[in-house]
Amino acid sequence: MMTVRYLLRSLILMAVLAFSSVSFAADNHSSAATEARLKSLSSELRCLVCQNSTLADSDAPLAQDLRNEIRKLIDEGKTDEEVVEYLVARYGDFVTFRPPVNTSTALLWFGPFIMLLIGAVTLIVVLRKRSGTPE
Amino acid sequence: MKLKALIPLALFIIMLAFLGKGLFLNPREVPSPLVGKPAPAFTAPVLGNADATFSSADMKGKVWMLNMWASWCAACRDEHPLLVEMKAHGIPLYGLAYKDVEEDALAVLKEMGNPYIITADDQDGRIGIDYGVYGVPETYVIDKAGIIRYKQIGPITPLDLRDKILPLLKELEE
Repeated sequence: MMTVRYLLRSLILMAVLAFSSVSFAADNHSSAATEARLKSLSSELRCLVCQNSTLADSDAPLAQDLRNEIRKLIDEGKTDEEVVEYLVARYGDFVTFRPPVNTSTALLWFGPFIMLLIGAVTLIVVLRKRSGTPE
Repeated sequence: MKLKALIPLALFIIMLAFLGKGLFLNPREVPSPLVGKPAPAFTAPVLGNADATFSSADMKGKVWMLNMWASWCAACRDEHPLLVEMKAHGIPLYGLAYKDVEEDALAVLKEMGNPYIITADDQDGRIGIDYGVYGVPETYVIDKAGIIRYKQIGPITPLDLRDKILPLLKELEE
């Protein structure tokens, strides 16, 4: 008796699970996984209208359009890199909050450290001269 | 006077030069990565004519300009008289009504004159996204091979027209 009930229950459970995935696909809103990826991707991308906001935060019409576009791309199976590439191809590196490290952005990335180094070296040289005592 | 003492002054002048140049730059301007690349292909319904379509492929072999505009865009209205003048001078101007309502767009063309040979209708803005539009008006100069050669961000000014666009159009026509 136990086995029959157990079997019946597991059959019902399997049926429910099988059909729940069908209803998921028919659902108008995309899945939780897509929304999560959309959220993380759009928080790393700049809104080009309100340029200090992320695509996730901005209410600008373009931001809404781009969020929908990203959602579509995710549902099409694109990877995160492909989504970013899609936007960079259209809007340039400025759309990402982290510019890529290449020859044209090297000064942007390393400039501050270089200036810090120059400042530190200058400081040491000047202090040494002032103290007068040769080391 | 020791030459070394002039170093801070020299550094300051160099910094002034950079900062001075910076005063003339627009930090909000997003230069387009599409210049030098093929114009994204599109096919769109023609504004005011539901049966006709306009396709970027139709323009192969011709030099043309694509102006993205909308009836809700104030800067587009500022630009409009210049566009009408450009049409009068025979410049091949095509329009893309970006995220606009058809009646409103047609009303503007009726009221202010129609500078476009054909106006395509981009109601959902998808063509705009492909072209990297982030604020209308934006205008593209496209050559005979279908490559984008120049993008004007914001309204075309008489100065840009004279110094950048007209010489480029002349060069591309050859």
